Amino acid sequence: MRTLADVEIGERTTVRRLHGTDTAKRRLLSMGLTKGAAVELRKLAPLGDPLELTVRGYELSLRRADAACVEVE
Amino acid sequence: MSKEISIALAGNPNSGKSTLFNALTGARQSVGNWPGVTVEKKTGRLKADTSCQVVDLPGIYSLAAGSVDEIVARDYLVSGEPAVILNIVDGSNLERNLYLTTQLCELGLPVVIAVNMMDVVKRTGDEIDLERLASELSCPVLPISALLGEGLDALTTTLLQGVRGELPLPRPRVFSAPIEEVLAEIENLIRPHVRSVPGERSRLIALFEGDEHEKERLNLPGSTLSAIEKLIADLETRIDDDAVSLIGQERYQAIQNLLAGSRLEHGRGQMTLSDRIDQVVTNRILALPIFAAVMFLVYYLSVSTVGGWWTDWANDGLFGDGFFFLGRGREAYDEQVEEFELAEMSVEAFEEEAAAADLEAETATGLVAEVILYNDSGVEKERVAVSHDDYLAALDVEEPDPAAFGPWVPGVPVLVEQALEAGHVSGWLHDLVLDGIVAGVGAVLGFVPQMLVLFFFLALLEACGYMARIAFVMDRIFRSFGLSGTSFIPMLVSTGCAVPGIMAARTIESERDRRLTVATTPFMPCSAKLPVIALIAGALFDDAWWVAPSAYFAGIGAILVSGIILKKFRAFAGDAAPFVLELPSYRLPRPGDVLRSMLERAWSFIKRAGSIILLAQVFVWFTTSYGWADGAVRAVEQDQSFLAVLGSAVSWIFAPLGWGHWQAVVATITGLIAKENVVGTFGTLYGGFSEVSEAGWEIWANMRVHFTTLSAYSFLLFNLLCLPCFAAIGAIRREMNSARWTLFAIAYQTGLAYAVSLIFYQLGAMFSGTGSIPGTVTALVLLAGLLYLLLRPNPNRRLLPAAARS
Repeated sequence: MRTLADVEIGERTTVRRLHGTDTAKRRLLSMGLTKGAAVELRKLAPLGDPLELTVRGYELSLRRADAACVEVE
Repeated sequence: MSKEISIALAGNPNSGKSTLFNALTGARQSVGNWPGVTVEKKTGRLKADTSCQVVDLPGIYSLAAGSVDEIVARDYLVSGEPAVILNIVDGSNLERNLYLTTQLCELGLPVVIAVNMMDVVKRTGDEIDLERLASELSCPVLPISALLGEGLDALTTTLLQGVRGELPLPRPRVFSAPIEEVLAEIENLIRPHVRSVPGERSRLIALFEGDEHEKERLNLPGSTLSAIEKLIADLETRIDDDAVSLIGQERYQAIQNLLAGSRLEHGRGQMTLSDRIDQVVTNRILALPIFAAVMFLVYYLSVSTVGGWWTDWANDGLFGDGFFFLGRGREAYDEQVEEFELAEMSVEAFEEEAAAADLEAETATGLVAEVILYNDSGVEKERVAVSHDDYLAALDVEEPDPAAFGPWVPGVPVLVEQALEAGHVSGWLHDLVLDGIVAGVGAVLGFVPQMLVLFFFLALLEACGYMARIAFVMDRIFRSFGLSGTSFIPMLVSTGCAVPGIMAARTIESERDRRLTVATTPFMPCSAKLPVIALIAGALFDDAWWVAPSAYFAGIGAILVSGIILKKFRAFAGDAAPFVLELPSYRLPRPGDVLRSMLERAWSFIKRAGSIILLAQVFVWFTTSYGWADGAVRAVEQDQSFLAVLGSAVSWIFAPLGWGHWQAVVATITGLIAKENVVGTFGTLYGGFSEVSEAGWEIWANMRVHFTTLSAYSFLLFNLLCLPCFAAIGAIRREMNSARWTLFAIAYQTGLAYAVSLIFYQLGAMFSGTGSIPGTVTALVLLAGLLYLLLRPNPNRRLLPAAARS
């Protein structure tokens, strides 16, 4: 399974499925990470974590461990 | 009680909600907390109709994800209190903002949608089909720019229509057929158990999503719950996706449909100015230096310079003897004061010398005395010879009157004292007012200037979007200690003073991180602890260079250790949801909003923390200046006071730390008013001095009698880490918004201080060969307990799916 944590900087991809607890899914869904949503990995924080993504036209930051719950194409 | 008409203002963080709130309500606002939580509650009166109350809900992305903010907002919306929901959405970030809108439309309340930042939308060339939004959702949709104040009149008119009940209810979003069928079946199942309530459809969906909070609220019988769960499980297998994801996906699909007539692609993929700024500010190489520079600037301006000057003025001028208006005449006056002090010392030295030689000072023409001047660390600076002529000249030097040097404004205590004397007020009342109340009010207000400057910068950092970047840049470092990246600011500020530091925790997003930061940030050595460090370093360690840095290491160490220990407890485990952080576009803040935020925070400190500080101040003043003498309560010397009696009674508690004598205990208690009081109290109790220099070198020799190096350092450790001064406790109370949490924080701090000091003293004694077996054993047991808490695995670790863990 390929997740958001494996995406390269500058790469665009599509969300396939969310994993994890219901609470975790709800939080990610409310931020726009739903099946079929386009995401781009913009950059990493200076210490390599968290990540900065563009999703639904805005900038979202996620920790690597949480990004691993988002399965992508 | 007649019910007030309320408008609930809901919207995403960074959608311009505060600006709109300020614009709608003007100055008629009050700030408090939602009951029992650290979340701020703001209410205000609508400018256009002051009988309407506007309630500013916390900024949220969703009504159903389970954070404290979301629960507070949801509880209020379904409470039946609000008549209308005003939903502000950011027009430049419509897609995600409308997610909350789809949820708000299911609550069975009229919704008015204000699409904000229309100026930005127009500038980027986007087009929003507002009519389609309005007709699809069946609620009024109005374009506004809260920043420029555009569209607010029309918005107010529509809101008042809603208040009068003239608006249609929004048409809730229809989900796909399989989901709607299950929702209908759930409705049939719960129908017998609940009365028809507003927000019913919203509750059905929450049940469908398996929302635990909603299940609790509805209090359904177990059989109904399991029937609902079975319905959902069946659907999930049929569609091969889970209920939560299904609802989320369909909401976003609905939003795509709402936006079918809008053109938002314009400018996407291109670099905006904000993107370009961010490329530099959160750049992998530049981010940390820029962060350090910003922090230095904030600290330098609010603690070292501007804020510091103001605070000194408030403490020494306004609530001290007085001050020179605009500082004019200060230098000349200070010179005169120095001259006067030297003259006083000369007179004293000469008269002593004369007495020793059995001569009359007035006639001892041949005698020469000597005055020795010391610097702050007790090192001899200068010797001045005093001849008979010098003596006579010194007798004539009069105490300078500040009023003669410039526009002198007497301080509040001076004025109050004059008033009290003019009114012939009795002695004890005079003392109560002056030493108890005025000193207490001074202690509260003395913090305000520094806070104003700090809060100004915090509001600026928040409003322009940099605060989110601080969280982004620092997250990696702080999360291992259970803290947020934004916890850095409270800790930095606390090296100056813990009170504004604690108040700065307001900027931390999650409640859990906020509580943890508030509970641990007072460990940082603040500027008032520096004289205590200097006293111990000077008296027992020969001013060794390492004492002060070691105190900072102890403070920072205590914060990090506490973070690791406490985050493993359930109460601090927080919500299990992932950390998500929006990085909003950089914006120029509105000066009015920044100033208002600054004033609000300062005022809430005065109001909520002030009372506790004042009470504590009066209490300690009374117990130190009064005692039981000759069968009655009387004003007594400090060593006869109630506090001294109390100190003696509890001093045994501190014997295992190596300083079980009452003077040290009393000094620790007076240190609760302000930590630097420890030095002054030692001056009185060990030397009989009414006043000592900042590091108290006059009493160093006497202290060596009472302390060993081990017990002195243990005393220092305890005083650095134990419960902070009353002002900080007041601030903790204000921020925790709960007596229980406040007590927990100070009990934890004191407990840790006790354990650390005991371990240090007893193990130190063991290594130096003076230890006792019970002492060593206790220390080892405590150390083992501390290490266990520190190293045990986190029982609340969120379970990641197997695939993600690999």
